[in-house]
Amino acid sequence: MGDVDVVALKALDLDLCEGEFVVLLGASGSGKSTLLNILGGLDAPTAGDVAFRDHRLTGASDAELTRFRREHVGFVFQFYNLIPSLTALENVQLVTELVAHPMPALEALALVGLAERSQHFPSQLSGGEQQRVAIARAIAKQPDCLLCDEPTGALDVATGKGVLEALVSTNARLGTTTVVITHNAAIARIADRVVTMHSGTIASDERNRERVAPSEIEW
Amino acid sequence: MVMLDRKLLRDIVAWRGSLAAIVLIVACGIAAFVAMQSVYDSLRLTQEQYYERFRFAAIFATLSRAPQSLESRIAAIPGVRAVQTRVVSDVSLDLPGRTDAVTARLVSIPTRNTPGINDLYLRDGRLPRPESADEAVASEAFAQANGLRVGEWIAAVINRRYHRFRIVGIGLSPEYVYEIRGATDIWPDNRHFGVLWLGRKTLGAAFDLTDAFNDVVVDTRAANVDAVIASLDRLLAPYGSSGAYAAHDQVSNRFLSDEIGQLRVQAIFIPAIFLAIAAFLLDIAVSRLVATQRSQIAVLKALGYANASLLAHYAKLVLLVVALGAAFGTLAGAWLGWRLTALYAHFFHFPFLAYRLDARAIAFAVAIASLATLAGAALALARVAALAPAQAMRPPSPPTYRPTALDRVAAIVRLPLVVRMVARDLERRSGAAIGTTLAVAFSVAMIVVGRFGADAVAYMIDVQFRMVQREDVNLAFVRPLGNRARFELASLPGVREIEVYRSIGARLSRGTHSRRVAILGFPDSGSLAHVVDRTLRVRRIPRAGLLLSAKLAEILGVRPGDRIEARILEGRPRTRELVVSGVVDDVLGLNAYMNLDALHRLLDEGGTISGALLAVDPARIDAFDRRVKALPAVAGIGYRASMMQQFERTIAETMGISIAFLLGFAASIACGVMYDAGRISLSERARDLSTLRILGATRREIAGIVFGELGVPALVAVPLGCALGYALCVVLAPAYETETYRIPVVVSTATYAFAALFVAASALGSSALLSRDLRRLDVLAVLKAGE
Repeated sequence: MGDVDVVALKALDLDLCEGEFVVLLGASGSGKSTLLNILGGLDAPTAGDVAFRDHRLTGASDAELTRFRREHVGFVFQFYNLIPSLTALENVQLVTELVAHPMPALEALALVGLAERSQHFPSQLSGGEQQRVAIARAIAKQPDCLLCDEPTGALDVATGKGVLEALVSTNARLGTTTVVITHNAAIARIADRVVTMHSGTIASDERNRERVAPSEIEW
Repeated sequence: MVMLDRKLLRDIVAWRGSLAAIVLIVACGIAAFVAMQSVYDSLRLTQEQYYERFRFAAIFATLSRAPQSLESRIAAIPGVRAVQTRVVSDVSLDLPGRTDAVTARLVSIPTRNTPGINDLYLRDGRLPRPESADEAVASEAFAQANGLRVGEWIAAVINRRYHRFRIVGIGLSPEYVYEIRGATDIWPDNRHFGVLWLGRKTLGAAFDLTDAFNDVVVDTRAANVDAVIASLDRLLAPYGSSGAYAAHDQVSNRFLSDEIGQLRVQAIFIPAIFLAIAAFLLDIAVSRLVATQRSQIAVLKALGYANASLLAHYAKLVLLVVALGAAFGTLAGAWLGWRLTALYAHFFHFPFLAYRLDARAIAFAVAIASLATLAGAALALARVAALAPAQAMRPPSPPTYRPTALDRVAAIVRLPLVVRMVARDLERRSGAAIGTTLAVAFSVAMIVVGRFGADAVAYMIDVQFRMVQREDVNLAFVRPLGNRARFELASLPGVREIEVYRSIGARLSRGTHSRRVAILGFPDSGSLAHVVDRTLRVRRIPRAGLLLSAKLAEILGVRPGDRIEARILEGRPRTRELVVSGVVDDVLGLNAYMNLDALHRLLDEGGTISGALLAVDPARIDAFDRRVKALPAVAGIGYRASMMQQFERTIAETMGISIAFLLGFAASIACGVMYDAGRISLSERARDLSTLRILGATRREIAGIVFGELGVPALVAVPLGCALGYALCVVLAPAYETETYRIPVVVSTATYAFAALFVAASALGSSALLSRDLRRLDVLAVLKAGE
């Protein structure tokens, strides 16, 4: 059995503007995760160019990519990926220790409405709460860019909405460029801009004429 | 089941690192066991075959002089199969280019080379021709130590006449496998003592024993050896016999059997400990490995696989690992065993090598390894069987943590988060942490046990040569001399101190227990010979009665105050009763000490002496040697420094080799354990570590977490392992004990330091391997999967 080249992305051109809230919509296998990984400096494209402001990310070394993630990018994962052995506050501090000008960890928790749960371990928090801690962890370093991979994928509707609220309000308050990838079309309505992917290319790239608050959407 | 088997294959590929470490542990345990067992078996077999093929005598006797006609009467004793009367005598040798005194034991061989007793094996050259009067065969060990070759000439002073002999052959005899003068010597000094075999006629003429003999060896049928000895003693008594004795009392045989017996300890106990430890480590490693598959197992169960088929699935994995380990271990063990046996055979100067690899030993080792591995897997599988299949359907719920004791400290001192993570992880998974700690501690213990033998012997050498034997030279006289001889010795160049002694062969007995020993009489005020007990206290020889080695007292079943019978084996036969006035727990030899004056009184003799211990000015040793060699009364000269050197070399050659092998195994096992623990910790933490990487932590930062989790158990393991090792040594020491050696439980600081350094080194080594695994960590994987 030989190696089979699987092309995840092809002929793709995308600019993200500062402060935008973008939803990257697509079925599974459409290439949205690969795109997010490339944007976040977790993966490198085999061809083409990626740039953040005036830095080229293509061809950057592992150490450079690590620094890029450290200084500019916040991640939110589908399964939260909190460190189970650290409390909510410590999970946030994990990130604030890494960067030069973080917001106070407790303040980040307050932003997602969890200040009073700061001393709890992940096992003592619900799924939604864990995801909000993950968001607090992501925004505490005051990243230029917040990348969220199916942040509501593992949550029920009500909890999911709470998480989206947290993302939207962070975006509004801090002006962090936010990219949310999802296969859930309903979520698209909360974004400034909706990029739809299909088979590794951008099928459509549209701006919402009016944004809807997360509380108003249903799925 | 086909798909499960395919999964098995892929799991093996995916886990190759961890599995390789486990295979290594199994292989090392089995290899150590198989190798050492085969060395022991082979040496036993070689000794047996050597004795049989070269007709090692059953009975030995030394006398002053008996007529040749006595031979036929000895042959007529019921049970005697063959008799060989001989001329045997120690003489001073002149070796080309040597100033120090060398003693040779000249042993006659039958002129016609018919199958006899204690036959010679010729390594090189030929036997002396019957008609030539100046041909000799030199023993291999002696020839090697002195660089003697066939064709060289050597000279000896026999009966005040100068004789020259040509070496025509290099030979070996079952009688002198362990080439020492007699029971009072403990270690061979092949540079200064060796055996030369010459024609019966040559020696008869040289010693005025043409139609007489002074030594006899007897081969018996499977008869009652004791009855033959009794008859022989009656026949030889009028001719100055010191009493016939059986092969088991023969010096070389006794030492050789003791050495092989000691090897048995190394061959059985130590590898058994290794195997047990390896088994325990396997247990831990396998159970942790299986535990990492929890979610997969839950999925399989959810799909409808029964517990039994899942158990079979993992049992296959485990048995495959054992099979691989057993195959490598057996091959490596057999090869090592063969090489080691060859080394020992060379060291013991066996003419040939009979190698035996007992299939039962292999089967035993493999069975132990299989059981241990299966037990380890069973433990993990039992937990797996209890797992609800629904577990697989839920996103993983974070494991429960709580603040540790460290956090209360942290409230005051701000600890880095990494430290807190490590601390909480160690606490939460304390089982695994304890497992790793124990595993590393056991490898430390193995290192300690591995080096213990050498430590103990080094200690014994130190005690023997710095405290007990403090003389530079030990002179033994051809026959006891009057006390005046001491003044002659005092006039020798460079002599600073003289301590005369009387040594007399005796059979000590009480009830049915008896032993042939030499009673040593030392003067009251001596400073060159010390009696030192195990705790290094110097003991005074009592004014009256015997001071016995504790081991000898134990053999005879006597305590201080008991009476004991001594049959004197020199001069006219007589029996005396003696009081055991003290027992000394010494480390070497079966000794019986007496006050010199008391011994003289016992023997009804004036100031007779058998030899002297001398302290000699090293600057004048050459002049001393030249004069001493010319003294016809001196039969043997022992040099402490040379003996010590030779013994140290011996230790380096024999013990050193097996210790090196054992250490190699211990090292591999320790490395395997550390690496495996690291690998498992890595796989258990992969998700957390990847998350940290994505959040921007550098490799170095996450490596700190993995190494911290490994480092803490390693640190704890060192003192624990040292204590464990010491405990094992305490258990092992009595098993090492022979009549000659009482191994003291001594573990040097160097050994502990070595063990600690070793752990540090293997921690670094496995860290290097783990760094590679860390580099390969697929950080993207965590974004894709729930677990």
